[in-house]
Amino acid sequence: MKILVLIGNVPDTTTKVKFNADKTAFDTNGVQWIINPWDELALTRALELKEAAGSTIESIFVANVGRSETEGTLRKALAVGADEAIRVDTDPKDAFYVASQLAQVAKGFDLIFAGIEASDYNGAAVGGMLAELLGIQSVSAVSGIQIESGNLKISREIDGGSQTLAMNLPLLAIVQKGIAKEPRIPAMRGIMMARSKKLTVVAPMEVETLTSIVTFESPAPKAACKMVAEDQARELIRLLHEEAKVL
Amino acid sequence: MNFEYSEEQLMIQQAARDYAQRELIKDVLERDARSEFPAEHIKNLASLGFMGMMVDPKYDGSGLDAISYVLAIEELSKIDASASVIVSVNNSLVCFGLEKFGTEEQKQKYLRPLASGKKIGAFLLSEPEAGSDATSQRTLAEDKGDYYLVNGTKNWITNANSASTYILIAQTDPDKKHKGINALIVDKNSPGISLGPHEDKMGMRSSDTHSVMFTDVKVPKSNRIGEDGFGFKFAMQVLEAGRIGIASQAVGLASGALERSIAYSKERKAFGTVIANHQSVAFKLAEMAVKVENARNLCLKAAWLKDNHQPYGIASAMAKQYAADIAMEVTTEAVQIHGGYGYVKEYHVERLMREAKLTQIYEGTSEIQKIVISRDLLK
Repeated sequence: MKILVLIGNVPDTTTKVKFNADKTAFDTNGVQWIINPWDELALTRALELKEAAGSTIESIFVANVGRSETEGTLRKALAVGADEAIRVDTDPKDAFYVASQLAQVAKGFDLIFAGIEASDYNGAAVGGMLAELLGIQSVSAVSGIQIESGNLKISREIDGGSQTLAMNLPLLAIVQKGIAKEPRIPAMRGIMMARSKKLTVVAPMEVETLTSIVTFESPAPKAACKMVAEDQARELIRLLHEEAKVL
Repeated sequence: MNFEYSEEQLMIQQAARDYAQRELIKDVLERDARSEFPAEHIKNLASLGFMGMMVDPKYDGSGLDAISYVLAIEELSKIDASASVIVSVNNSLVCFGLEKFGTEEQKQKYLRPLASGKKIGAFLLSEPEAGSDATSQRTLAEDKGDYYLVNGTKNWITNANSASTYILIAQTDPDKKHKGINALIVDKNSPGISLGPHEDKMGMRSSDTHSVMFTDVKVPKSNRIGEDGFGFKFAMQVLEAGRIGIASQAVGLASGALERSIAYSKERKAFGTVIANHQSVAFKLAEMAVKVENARNLCLKAAWLKDNHQPYGIASAMAKQYAADIAMEVTTEAVQIHGGYGYVKEYHVERLMREAKLTQIYEGTSEIQKIVISRDLLK
């Protein structure tokens, strides 16, 4: 069995978000890049499945759409334990564009993991689009994957409970948090070996983008917090009624 | 000249940071309070490759450069200097000397399990009456033909109880003074070895420190490192490398205290504004940052020299002396910035201050480093 994990290159979650002057692009100056947290958990689960006793998984590939500066993120995935990486050499313009680029490198895999969303633009669209473009089944909001004697068992959180599905391969699993406990820390040898693992760069296809960004708006700054002493309940109610207007 | 880290170095720094901030932080206060050895953490750090960072992979090490080692030790030390000294001793004082001077047979038998972290090592040099004056070794390793017979006591031994392998420095021929000293690999389970009580230390409380007593302990000749009488030179070379580790630890203590002080001063309010807006605090932070940066650069310079096979003894002495001294200053200022909160354990900085003190004492006091540096200036 061959697994592909889609890897998003996203700003570190503690990044201070700034935009360019006309507010049409994110200012990437000084930004540290990481593996999209959902993708990192997906990779962790893929590695656990590969290492499990009796596993028939031969290899785990990782793939992203991005320029050469995103290779650090792919190499981190290799350091953690992925076997090979593929990078489609273009900017990830929108979800359809990214899904289309990935479709050319995602053929022939038995199981594909996509994070449910990316922590930068939170589009939550690439996984489903890619499955459609590949013509394979997909299941969303996956919070657990087990392989028991070659059979795939998928669990999902649904409104008011959970659901367990038996699925056939090939499959694209759109995973959410809970798929793995926490991301792995790469071992030192893994880091040192990452550069010697294969990273294939693929030229992009001609694909039209379907969306363009008109403008970004930062949220209004949070109002200052007002502290009310514990014996001033009447004052608290007055503030909630007259100032916050929530009562 | 290039001040940029490589992609691997950054990944190693991040891995150490992740482990420290995700795992070590969880129980660091409890372990400090209970003087409890971080056995589970050391096992995890070993499986990540932190116990033999610079050892050649053919001996089960990670094959990293010294720059990466400096970055990793700093990150671990920001959170838990007890864990980092266990790591540092195993790496610099034990694995380094074995790899550099050991025979192939010694490396296969002893270095491999130490570099992979399956076993832990300790370095036994200090004695009740020989600390800084390492030439006055009283522990005897009498030459008995095919073995040495060891008698004596070693003091302040980090990892004494948790280690399986000891690197012992002992006197074979007192007439030859320091030229009669040998370095021996000793199995801790050898008959005749006993430990003193766990030392109740001011800081670094979760590393296990004991005295070790040797009574008629037989050590095979094949366990001697280098030629007869090489022990003192061996110890000095090992300590030269060890200083880089302790200097990096001191940098971590200082930078950890600085990071906590920055965060605290942006939250804590006094006189109607966060205390970071008071120049007295902001200037303290600036001064602390300059010291940390200077100390880190000294460590990196020493590491760079080591990586490039150039003499690094003076550079590592400068790094150790300066980093240890500023660690004490910076952690003390961090407590001051935190005020009353800095004096209670929950806020960590009082622990960092207690730990910083030891970096001025062990693996060569600040005064010994100044002797090393000044002798070089005046020769």
